[in-house]
Amino acid sequence: MEAILDQYKTTKLADVKVWFEAAAIASFPSDGGACVKYKNKQIAVFNFARTNTWYACQNICPHKMEMVLSRGMIGDDKGIPKVACPLHKKTFSLENGENLNGDIEAIATYPVKIENNKVFIGFAE
Amino acid sequence: MKNIIVIGNGMVGYKFCEKLVANKSYSSFKLTVFGEEPRRAYDRVHLSEFYDGKTAEDLSMSSATWYKENNINLHVSEMITEIDRVNKTVANHRGIKYNYDYLILATGSSAFVPPIPGVEKEGVFVYRTIEDLEATEAYAKKLKANGKVEAAVLGGGLLGLEAANAVKNLGLNAHVVEFAPRLMPRQLDKGASDMLQAKIEDLGLKVHLSKQTQFIQGDNAIEGLQYVDDTELKVDMLVISAGIRPRDEVARECGLEVGTRGGVLVNNKMQTSDPNIYAIGECALLNSMIYGLVAPGYDMAEITVNQITGGTEEMPEYIDMSTQLKLIGTEVASFGDALNDSKEEIDEITYVNKRSGVYKKINVTKDGKKLLGGILIGDSSDYNALFQIYNTGMKLPEEPEDLILGSRGGEGGSLLGDVMDLPDDAQICSCESVTKGEICGAIQNGEANDLGDIVSCTKAGTGCGGCKPMVKDLVDATLKSLGRVVKDNVCEHFDHNRQELYDLIQVKGYTTFNEVLDKQGNGGHGCELCKPLVASLMATIHADTANKEYAIQDSNDRFLANIQRNGTYSVVPRIAGGEITSQGLIDLGEIGKKYDLYTKITGGVRIDFFGATLNQLPLIWKDLIDKGFESGHAYGKSLRTVKSCVGSTWCRYGMDESVSFAIELENRYRGMRSPHKIKGGVSGCIRECAEARGKDFGLIAVDGGWNLYVGGNGGATPRHAELLAEQIDNDTVIKYLDRFLMYYMRTAKPLQRTAAWLDRLDGGIEHLKEIVINDKLDIAEDLDKEMQTLVNKFECEWKQAIESPEMMSRFSHFVNSNDDDENLVFVPLRDQKMPEHWK
Repeated sequence: MEAILDQYKTTKLADVKVWFEAAAIASFPSDGGACVKYKNKQIAVFNFARTNTWYACQNICPHKMEMVLSRGMIGDDKGIPKVACPLHKKTFSLENGENLNGDIEAIATYPVKIENNKVFIGFAE
Repeated sequence: MKNIIVIGNGMVGYKFCEKLVANKSYSSFKLTVFGEEPRRAYDRVHLSEFYDGKTAEDLSMSSATWYKENNINLHVSEMITEIDRVNKTVANHRGIKYNYDYLILATGSSAFVPPIPGVEKEGVFVYRTIEDLEATEAYAKKLKANGKVEAAVLGGGLLGLEAANAVKNLGLNAHVVEFAPRLMPRQLDKGASDMLQAKIEDLGLKVHLSKQTQFIQGDNAIEGLQYVDDTELKVDMLVISAGIRPRDEVARECGLEVGTRGGVLVNNKMQTSDPNIYAIGECALLNSMIYGLVAPGYDMAEITVNQITGGTEEMPEYIDMSTQLKLIGTEVASFGDALNDSKEEIDEITYVNKRSGVYKKINVTKDGKKLLGGILIGDSSDYNALFQIYNTGMKLPEEPEDLILGSRGGEGGSLLGDVMDLPDDAQICSCESVTKGEICGAIQNGEANDLGDIVSCTKAGTGCGGCKPMVKDLVDATLKSLGRVVKDNVCEHFDHNRQELYDLIQVKGYTTFNEVLDKQGNGGHGCELCKPLVASLMATIHADTANKEYAIQDSNDRFLANIQRNGTYSVVPRIAGGEITSQGLIDLGEIGKKYDLYTKITGGVRIDFFGATLNQLPLIWKDLIDKGFESGHAYGKSLRTVKSCVGSTWCRYGMDESVSFAIELENRYRGMRSPHKIKGGVSGCIRECAEARGKDFGLIAVDGGWNLYVGGNGGATPRHAELLAEQIDNDTVIKYLDRFLMYYMRTAKPLQRTAAWLDRLDGGIEHLKEIVINDKLDIAEDLDKEMQTLVNKFECEWKQAIESPEMMSRFSHFVNSNDDDENLVFVPLRDQKMPEHWK
């Protein structure tokens, strides 16, 4: 199980080598998320329409190792944009992946860019 | 920099480290810990959960990095074999020496093995460490493979019963063998022991009391126990859990004073006969006793930290050994002088109910003024209150038996009276030693503003959790007394409670979450508390289905299915009233087979299919809808089912058509969203086979019509429904139900069930009758209209979803692929399948 988590490492904008075209903007719900398949990774992508910002993170919740984060509700915790895992409502910052309501490990985050109404996710490999 | 060495990395050794790290002078110490076991400290109290799926890591007292993060040098698998008190060094088994300024002995105890001939045979184990459990598990596997399943536990005390539970979890037949004529002879009397025995025997365990083992039968491996009274018990495995012996070997060798029967002698400051050496936990002999409970051990750790950092706290003369726990599924509690060891002149008051499996006994002084001790079996819900009354010496009610019988004057009110009447030094949380004064004080000085803050700063409630309701009551009462209104805002994004939002949405006509947030919120972007709450209000007020704004819906409603622990979903078609044709059963069976789903009949007496992936959900539902089924709303805070008994259709006792009425009611209220789930029941006569009185609304057919009951709930605190109206006809039932349900939906708090709502309704059931029957608030017409609107607007949201390609598009694991989640692993279970266990 640890091996699965190791695949997901936070990628900074400067480290992006590949911009992967995920899907059209319309495929994603407004103020919600969907899951993108990239190689053997599952990436949760969120359209934070209220602030016109897009976020991406690993789909696997480190609490019980289930691929479900993309199905969680998003919102903010005192200004920090967050997602709540649908299983047990563990919340994570969409900016740095920190677990906001507990002390389990942080999740990996990835940069997102929008071009021609298409959503791109940045990967280091 | 002072060197502190702790010998022993068990629960109490760990607690010492935790308390020292939290101390403000920690930076002036260098802390080193030596543990003989190969892993860092783990929860030995909950060891039986090791066979329940918990791993050693799950049982760890700290995270893997805690020791490093706090600069503690932890040496595992390293035994200290020598202490040189003159040079203040300790040496490990390899002869390496370490210096100390203070030495803490937390070596705990080992399992006491009685000198019974044959105890060295194969198949005999002790119950203390994870290694013991692993060895026992391996042996049990071998036994089961050879069809051998009988196992005995030697010792019927607290630890023995825990071990018996562990043996049962291994899949073996557990026999508890106890030398005394009672189980838990130090905590329970005969009556309590009998009740406990009856309850655990009900679960398949066998209990053998007053049995002394003479020798262990068998050649190389155990084959049975031979008792002194010439009888025998044939078993293939033995777990010895007959007591503990303090690990005082190293202390003895270096000349520290030890007790005649073992244990390192300490004073109330936890110092041994050497002022630089302390002993805590099960290895310490204090007040001539070895304390085998973890709570006193934790106190000892705290006192020691206090002493070393210059404090003057000492252990009290009398250490409380009260316990409350769940043993093999049974609640057991014993407090104070439960067995009247002090031989005082007391009166015993005992309540025994063999039917419900409850035994309660209290010892009160002859003058009826003080509670000296007590025992609770089967129902220990009053433990907190009783313990407080005993511990603080509070005055008892006029009739002391009310303490265990409940006040039968019909007025209710809690045992304890007002929780604020407790003295400040009353211990609310015994696991973490938190007093009422500390909790209230933290709120009064602004350190804490709510329950969450109190838990963070005092740790109250983080041990066994039994004190949580009392802690919450104290927090609320203190805030109230300070005029800091316990405002029940729904979350950080609104300055309104649920009812206020309900009224605002209804009056202003908001139709989307963003509208509500922008117009009534306080500037944020919502969260997992307010989104589903507003979604529910939209459903109640506008009859919106969960398809309309699916991104604000809670985990289940979002996909119109119940999410299971591996991210697959369950599918529940409605089977109103529990009635289904043979063809219907066949259709469901074929659908279950087609998609290889796990099937089960639910508590709501309908059929549940598990293991459906997101991608499969719409396909399954299309098939279901084609066969005439519709959504059962098992996933929503909504009406679930209305159960029915057979009724006058077939039953020789039935007084009315319970099935027909149940179907009518279920179809009337299906789909509506409410503050929490709603369950109904209809019974055709007073025998009550549908258990209607345990439901949010229940009907019982009597002479002249139906009796309507409301506000019953199951769950953690079961409650029976209360009578709202008698002998009414079907139409009147519907009228009252419409109003009751609508009023509940309008005014309840978030996630508040009808029982909790009715409990808190000013005036209770009488007031509800005034509103629903006599229309005292002049809102009956509105309630009728609102309910009728919901009924008229109903449409099955699954039918809605599959008819709209746009709504359907969300039912896919990936947005850019039709693949399923390849991490899904199923393993066989009986003749079906289940998700692989969480690791």
